[in-house]
Amino acid sequence: MIPATFDYLAPTSVADAIAALEEHGDEAKVLAGGQSLLPILRMRLNAPGVVIDLGKISELQGVTEDGDDLVIGAMTTYFDVLASDAVSTHAALLNKAIATVADPQIRHRGTIGGALVHADPAGDVGAPALALGASFVIAGPGGATRTVAADDFFEDLFQTAVGEGELLTQIRVPKHTGWGAHYEKFVRVSHQWSIVGIAATVRSEGGAIAEARVGLTNMGSTPLRAKAVEEALVGQPATDEAVRAAVAQVADGTNPPSDLNGDSDYRKHLATVLTRRAVLAAAGA
Amino acid sequence: MTRITVNVDGTKYSDEVEPRTLLVQYLRESLGKTGTVIGCDTSNCGACTVHLDGTSVKSCNMLAVQADGHEVTTIEGLAKNGELHPLQTAFHECHALQCGYCTPGMIMQSCDLLKNNPDPSEQEIREGLEGNLCRCTGYQNIVKAVQQAARQGKESGQQSGQGDADGNPVDLNEAEQTVGATS
Repeated sequence: MIPATFDYLAPTSVADAIAALEEHGDEAKVLAGGQSLLPILRMRLNAPGVVIDLGKISELQGVTEDGDDLVIGAMTTYFDVLASDAVSTHAALLNKAIATVADPQIRHRGTIGGALVHADPAGDVGAPALALGASFVIAGPGGATRTVAADDFFEDLFQTAVGEGELLTQIRVPKHTGWGAHYEKFVRVSHQWSIVGIAATVRSEGGAIAEARVGLTNMGSTPLRAKAVEEALVGQPATDEAVRAAVAQVADGTNPPSDLNGDSDYRKHLATVLTRRAVLAAAGA
Repeated sequence: MTRITVNVDGTKYSDEVEPRTLLVQYLRESLGKTGTVIGCDTSNCGACTVHLDGTSVKSCNMLAVQADGHEVTTIEGLAKNGELHPLQTAFHECHALQCGYCTPGMIMQSCDLLKNNPDPSEQEIREGLEGNLCRCTGYQNIVKAVQQAARQGKESGQQSGQGDADGNPVDLNEAEQTVGATS
């Protein structure tokens, strides 16, 4: 399977990439790591006239620290995020979730920014980014940049706040140093998309849960954050009984898809089970 | 057409390619490197695995133009001075293949796995190869072959004193590290 013909541009700066996007408008498609885009092009589900490859823009790669934030370049590969000590130390949840993405070869090429902008609801990066309260730096025409909060980033199926002529350049993740973390992913075969995934990170204090953050993968058209559950967990001991009760309503108000892997109600049931497991694991219980 | 310059198995190539050309197509059809095979064509099976700058990638899931300025190592570039790479020998000796179609990708991914983890457990080997599918062997002998190559790497590392700080061998990937020396 070979993609349809397209013109190829490989700008070396964000400014040049934005200029190319402006010039080609609707005709253009941005290529990050390509691990989702290449199959789409090859199956000809999309046939852009121009592909703008961000692979040669070094300013978009790497993890740095800026005060209380980690700053992750949008073109940082999964592999490089996993290899980052700063991420393991200050945003363990991201590390745990990304370790479950696809397989080693895909993780070598796939990028965190590409996955976030692709915004597949079954992808494993959105829920932890949401749970950690990440913010998203978006560059636009004329050198403009704006920052979008996690709660406003995911708009719908495959749709984010990144508009036409814009690029996601950085993901800023508030440090959660010392928080326990776990990503509980339910799949039937290796390297599959999540049927349901739960991202949980917990700050423990004296054997109890002081703070918790919970994100849900594939429980709707976008990643979701379970704020009611987070509140219910505060002050609870990290025991099976207490956590089971606190997370019982996690699927309330969600509208997960029905497909060959399971119907909507099954996913709602899974979410309660997986959230309990994820929170207990994150709390070290 | 876009001009790319790529170092493949130690030789520098400069070619005009259509941007839509997949890396695996370029390797097979332009360079004749048919050792790298196309299996599923959907980025699932891993048969087309090659190394890009020393890390494993699925060559059916990237464009040739994305390899511009980079080094590619295929299964054809693993043997050194006519001697098989320890993993190639181990796959042969452990009967780690039946039809052999997945083998180039299995060996390239195993090589990447041992580079990052020279002494993997059985579970780590199975997880490290999760992106490579085999329909014949049931994986048992593939795991054994990787274990044998790891053991050999360890022994030769100890003999030659080339272990890293943890005493792990570092020479198993020597063949790959010297790729590019001729260009």
